[in-house]
Amino acid sequence: MNFPSRALKHKSFVAGGVLVALLLALALLSFVWTPYPAAEIDVPNKLQPPSAAHWLGTDSLGRDIASQLIVGARASIAVGLIAVGIGIAGGVALGLLAAARRGWVEEAVMRLADFGLAFPALLTAIMLGAIYGPGLVTAIVAIGLFNIPEFARITRASANTVWSREFVLAARACGKGRLRTTLEHVLPNIASVLIVQATIRFAIAILAEASLSYLGLGAQPPLPSWGRMLSEGQSMMYQAPLLAVWPGLAIVLSVLGLNLMGDGLRDLLDPKLARSR
Amino acid sequence: MLTLAVASALVFAVLGLLPGNVAQVMLGESATPEAVAALEHQLGLDRPALVRYADWLRGLATFDLGTSHAYDAPIAELIAERLVVTVPLALLAMALTVVLALAAGVYAASRHNRAGDLAVMAASQLGIALPSFWSGILLAMLFAVTLPWFPSGGFAGWHEDEGGGLWEGLRSLVLPAVALAVVQAAILARFTRSAVLDVLREDFVRTARAKGLTRRAVLWGHVLRNAMVPVLTVMGLQFANLITGTVVIENVFSLPGLGRLVFQAIGNRDLPLVQALVMLIAAAVVTINFVVDVLYAVIDPRLKLAGR
Amino acid sequence: MNTPLLEVQDLRVLLPTAHGPVAALRGVSFVMARGEKLGLIGESGCGKSLTALAIMGLLPEGAQVQGSIRLLGQELVGLADDTMARLRGDRVAMVFQEPMTALNPLHTIGHQVAEPLRLHRGLDRRAARAEALRLLECVQLPNAAQRLDAHPHQLSGGQRQRVMIAMALACGPELLIADEPTTALDASLQHEVLMLIDELVRGSGMGLLLISHDLGVMARHVQRVMVMYAGTVVEDGPAAALFARRAHPYTRGLYAARPRLGAGRGALLPTIPGRVPALADIGTGCAFAERCALAIAACRQAPPPPVTVGPAHHARCIRTGEALP
Repeated sequence: MNFPSRALKHKSFVAGGVLVALLLALALLSFVWTPYPAAEIDVPNKLQPPSAAHWLGTDSLGRDIASQLIVGARASIAVGLIAVGIGIAGGVALGLLAAARRGWVEEAVMRLADFGLAFPALLTAIMLGAIYGPGLVTAIVAIGLFNIPEFARITRASANTVWSREFVLAARACGKGRLRTTLEHVLPNIASVLIVQATIRFAIAILAEASLSYLGLGAQPPLPSWGRMLSEGQSMMYQAPLLAVWPGLAIVLSVLGLNLMGDGLRDLLDPKLARSR
Repeated sequence: MLTLAVASALVFAVLGLLPGNVAQVMLGESATPEAVAALEHQLGLDRPALVRYADWLRGLATFDLGTSHAYDAPIAELIAERLVVTVPLALLAMALTVVLALAAGVYAASRHNRAGDLAVMAASQLGIALPSFWSGILLAMLFAVTLPWFPSGGFAGWHEDEGGGLWEGLRSLVLPAVALAVVQAAILARFTRSAVLDVLREDFVRTARAKGLTRRAVLWGHVLRNAMVPVLTVMGLQFANLITGTVVIENVFSLPGLGRLVFQAIGNRDLPLVQALVMLIAAAVVTINFVVDVLYAVIDPRLKLAGR
Repeated sequence: MNTPLLEVQDLRVLLPTAHGPVAALRGVSFVMARGEKLGLIGESGCGKSLTALAIMGLLPEGAQVQGSIRLLGQELVGLADDTMARLRGDRVAMVFQEPMTALNPLHTIGHQVAEPLRLHRGLDRRAARAEALRLLECVQLPNAAQRLDAHPHQLSGGQRQRVMIAMALACGPELLIADEPTTALDASLQHEVLMLIDELVRGSGMGLLLISHDLGVMARHVQRVMVMYAGTVVEDGPAAALFARRAHPYTRGLYAARPRLGAGRGALLPTIPGRVPALADIGTGCAFAERCALAIAACRQAPPPPVTVGPAHHARCIRTGEALP
């Protein structure tokens, strides 16, 4: 069975894929159309319950919740993509280097990774926020920085197992250089692990961004962000409890979708990894 | 130890040196140059970097963490005040996490691929996707607003003369701890399950059964201890997540703990305080990882041989 | 005292695969008397380990068992796992192939050897420890007293295998199953360990089911041999007679394929052409037909019935006795 047909039969993957596709679709849609301009303030209509005019109601300033959700998808996806991109660019390179060179290089990279892990993303974002001021860019950089040691660790571990396999030894015995071996043999073999990890880190990035914007450190107004919507929703907890539910649901579904997709990919790309599912 | 030293250097570098002008940051952009210069002098920022670093390190060693700019109080005091909220919260959350996750993980592994397993896996997928602050808000809406069993925020204090008491204090911590525990337990449960399944596949499990041990006896006597080794690693790593979560949760429930302090320090651009707090947190994480390493050696006799 | 030690009748085991259940054991029958030493020989995958696991009730999840296994008259097929657990280690015990991974790395040797004693004999910690020491000395483990508190990683492969034997014999079982007990050990150790098993079995009067792929081991250490191929017993008989007569073409092939010292230079090792068929691919008829030089049309039509070729010696072949072309 080839990959697409296997993929479509895998329940986790399909379920997750649908949710992720929905997320992407919303984000893309936001550039073209939203029910209302997301930032449009309409105080006389504030705190409306869901209705035909406003599908999910309005918030304390009369802004349409559905529109805010849709545009908020943009921030989430941007953070996910860029932060994971940073993590992969830096982390994979370091991990491959560590596995190829061993010795003190590996030690150094590992110390760096351990050290990076001691600073959770949130803390880094907080530190950077204190200095450079809060904002989406700071959030992305912080989360991205935190992804580097994670990817470095997992790249190095997988790369090491590939290096010890016989076909790699054979290639080296034929005189193939370390760089070429890495690019031609090691990287393709760990690609599936990295893809799965990337999906999962994407989900974590979305959660992290939500936490940051909840605290006011992420996307700043007027750019809508699910985390900030949650924070506003909390202050309206007694008057309009639903305000806090919608953005939370959006976050949960996105993260769930990505996790399910990641699990599905893990099963599909490398059956050996799927042993203990 | 080395990690700590490097950490301290980095924290100092980032917060104390890099962004050009610390005093400028603290006072904001509208400050006059004279005000900035005055503050610099007051904080001793016009001394050479290495001297300041040495001073700071010395201060750390003697628990003299400097003075908070915004609160105008010794930082050490501020931290001590907040610790009495944050530490019990963290411990409570950790305890809930461990109990819930180990029970669920072992249960799922023993019912592998049957209904019980699938249920646990589905629940944990959901748990992982829940942002802790949303769980917190939902819990507050359910158990504080709708059913007034717990306070929806604030901390009454541990002493009765402050208006609190042991029971009251705990009540304020229950919902936040549960919110924290849900996510962490979901992650740990999955991990426990796969660790147990891995051990169940090992040859020595077959030997144990061949000796006449029932499945249950094998689980308790052989599998669990062996599975604890990888589980401990994850628990240590989760500590960093726990800290992150505490920062957020304390803000959700307006608890006067360290997390809240960090947040307020940022808002006040109180750099000495931020510096001290970040250092504290890094130290805590490093210490926990160290403790985990030690526990490893206790549990797994093979590691003693390897001389870690 | 007429109940045979072990009576296996038409044992069939189905294993779950991606394409549905597949027969891995296809009708195995044999009888063991008390104190008898029976050998089970065949290539990897022929089902010899599965037979042992079926007797112990330790088949993998999802396996289905049909037929009958009676240990001293008690039916084992269909027994609840907890009930079977009381018999394991006590009436029937097993020694496995891989000593390196068969012991729990986190428990001491003493603890693991004492475990069956505490479980089945109710001994307290001190009594069990004393008995464990005695057992370790029986299996000739050097420095037994210190080893009680050692961990498996501190012992060599040969030493671990001795510990396994001690554990298996702890409660004096009626039947000992040894599944390739020496395959993973150095050649020099193999002989020692097998002699140890011989001695212990002889001294206690227990039955031994020895599984191996090595003809030499079979010839020296058991009284009767069963040759297995693709899930069936193709030949069984007294060891000497079986290897002398080699009634079944597969036995002949196995015998011819054994490496010998002193063969002429450049002599090629005879091999049996073809490969063992995948379980799912075995059709009706004799499973060996594809590779047999004597195969005729009738061989492929129905599984051959056992043909008596000597006293207590049978072969499942309709063309036994005919010379190979």
